[in-house]
Amino acid sequence: MTVAPPHEPEIEPRSAVVRRLLGAAARHPAIVPIAAVLLALLIGAGIIAAAGLDPVVAYAAVLEGALDPRSLDYTFSVWGFICGMALAAAIPLRMGEFNLGGNGQLVLGGLAAYVVAAAVPGPLAVPLALLAAVVLAGAFGALSAPLATRFNIPIIISTLLLAPVAVAVVSFLIRYPLAEAGSGVAQTAQLPEDARMWALGDLRYSNVGLLIIIAMMVVFWIVDSRTAVGFELRVIGANRRFGSYGGIVVRRLALGAMTAAGAAAGIVGAVIVLSSPYRLIDGALLSPGYTFAGLAAALLAGGRPALIPVTAVLFAVLQVGGAAMERSADVPRQLSELLQGVVIVVLALRTVLDARRTGRSEH
Amino acid sequence: MQIFELSFVAAVLLATTPVLYAALAGALSERVGVFNIALEGQMLWGAFAAVAGSHFTGNPWLGVLIAIVTTAAFSLVLAVGAARFKADPIIIAIGTNLFAIGLTGFLLRILFDVSGTFAPQGLQGLPDMTALRDIPVIGPLFGGQTLLVPLAFVLCIAAGLWLRSTPGGLRLRGVGEHPEASASLGVNVASAQTWTTVVGGALCGIAGAQLALGNVTVFTENMTAGRGWIAVAAVMLVAARPLWLPVACLGFGAAEAFGFRLQGLGAPQQLTDAAPYAITLLVLVATRVRFGAKRPAAS
Repeated sequence: MTVAPPHEPEIEPRSAVVRRLLGAAARHPAIVPIAAVLLALLIGAGIIAAAGLDPVVAYAAVLEGALDPRSLDYTFSVWGFICGMALAAAIPLRMGEFNLGGNGQLVLGGLAAYVVAAAVPGPLAVPLALLAAVVLAGAFGALSAPLATRFNIPIIISTLLLAPVAVAVVSFLIRYPLAEAGSGVAQTAQLPEDARMWALGDLRYSNVGLLIIIAMMVVFWIVDSRTAVGFELRVIGANRRFGSYGGIVVRRLALGAMTAAGAAAGIVGAVIVLSSPYRLIDGALLSPGYTFAGLAAALLAGGRPALIPVTAVLFAVLQVGGAAMERSADVPRQLSELLQGVVIVVLALRTVLDARRTGRSEH
Repeated sequence: MQIFELSFVAAVLLATTPVLYAALAGALSERVGVFNIALEGQMLWGAFAAVAGSHFTGNPWLGVLIAIVTTAAFSLVLAVGAARFKADPIIIAIGTNLFAIGLTGFLLRILFDVSGTFAPQGLQGLPDMTALRDIPVIGPLFGGQTLLVPLAFVLCIAAGLWLRSTPGGLRLRGVGEHPEASASLGVNVASAQTWTTVVGGALCGIAGAQLALGNVTVFTENMTAGRGWIAVAAVMLVAARPLWLPVACLGFGAAEAFGFRLQGLGAPQQLTDAAPYAITLLVLVATRVRFGAKRPAAS
């Protein structure tokens, strides 16, 4: 250790202050996602330019398409679905687990909601349909917890293996027992008027379902930041052995987290099915890719409840604006998925900076 | 319907091959401690590169070569990111899978001005081994297949024997089982992980090439349709032992071929779609119950 010379001034030199402020800013939790998005947009611009198209025009078309007053209603509904699927990913992510089974939980939620809404007459149809979705999808998500804690099958693997089974079962049910009679399309009959999600004014796409999803996010935010369970989740996520040593029961926590995750995805499936066109269509719940957009939003937010609504805006804008970009700027809409992928890869590779800082001390 | 008809066995071999290449890639990565769920995206890119390569050069084997080289290059993101920079391979793979779907669809529009399906006039697929046609049994099984079909099984067995019985294989297994011990014996862990994952990328390139130039001669958006995930399931089913992979993948291939026949008869195919995943999960549950107590939790 070197001893400071006696005539060193009390005040830090300006460069040191700036460097310290920059250092503090670089450690702010929002910096990494923002930098990842900017870098991804730059890489995307490079790809657009390499394809002989104008990136500025393309990005402007995305924003215009998604934020046009006429399409805001639709953008909001997509944002809600992405937020819901982000919750399904984020709750287990808080304890360091990956839920890759969102697709299965989503379609089972849709299935349960449809069956109950079609069977129950009167005003109770919608609430009971939502409840059924929560129960079925939540139970399906919960399956992964004992598989992990009793059978040592990591949650990422069990969710990955369970999801295609659920998707196949629901696809079978739509095509055979629940199929609409006389229809050539693989879909169920339409739900009756009573069994449709309550409208929100005269909006076409956004309905009360969006408010339910927002309410779920508020609940997650409160549980995560204000309750013991939320604290335990984060402790386990940070250091599982320390948490267990401190008396946290991982078994119970995993069960709760996976149930909540499945329920969140189930609500999204239910809201989609109870909204226009009010039926189950084979593949229609999965084709917009809400599960992976939500997973991407959750990863970008680092699972933080307060950041998810923000990161979900990005992916909702990309998704809705992508189609508009294809129409008005003739840039293929697949650019949206490409950019989603780049954001996630850049985010994962932030460890490059750690390696630079710590040098090669680790082997 | 005859299950043991030779033509059905040939259909099973055909359905098995792309999955087997991808599963071998996943198994090798797993053995050096890189959890590889990027197979689906890599295979999709390989299929696109093979079709584009065959289209531009007019030679399907050059298409295969282009698929191998570019998919290996694509896998560098996962390889270097996970091995050198200690990034989470799961997150990288989620990103590269999305990226591959987006990029192939994007390039389909930009390069060929089509969306959905690309099957231009004169697109050259890989040739069948017609010379074998007249040999009994071998002929009906392999006469209508590309060279890549038997090669998949040969590579799998070779990799399995190499891992089991050679010093190089031992070193590689050591990297996955105990990286610190390997490092202290002078093995470069990061480099072994990187190169194994890149070899896996090359294998996924072949998987895609066989799918798009062998099984069919066309590229369609998202044509891998979950085969990369079935490969991941196969890796888990056999605990990443390449010698057992052909067995698992043949089982899954049989399910797929059987599903096609069911569909042809107007019966639900969904049952066989779900089979690989359900079987893998059941086997994992059954084996972990017996041996689970001794194993450390893999995560």
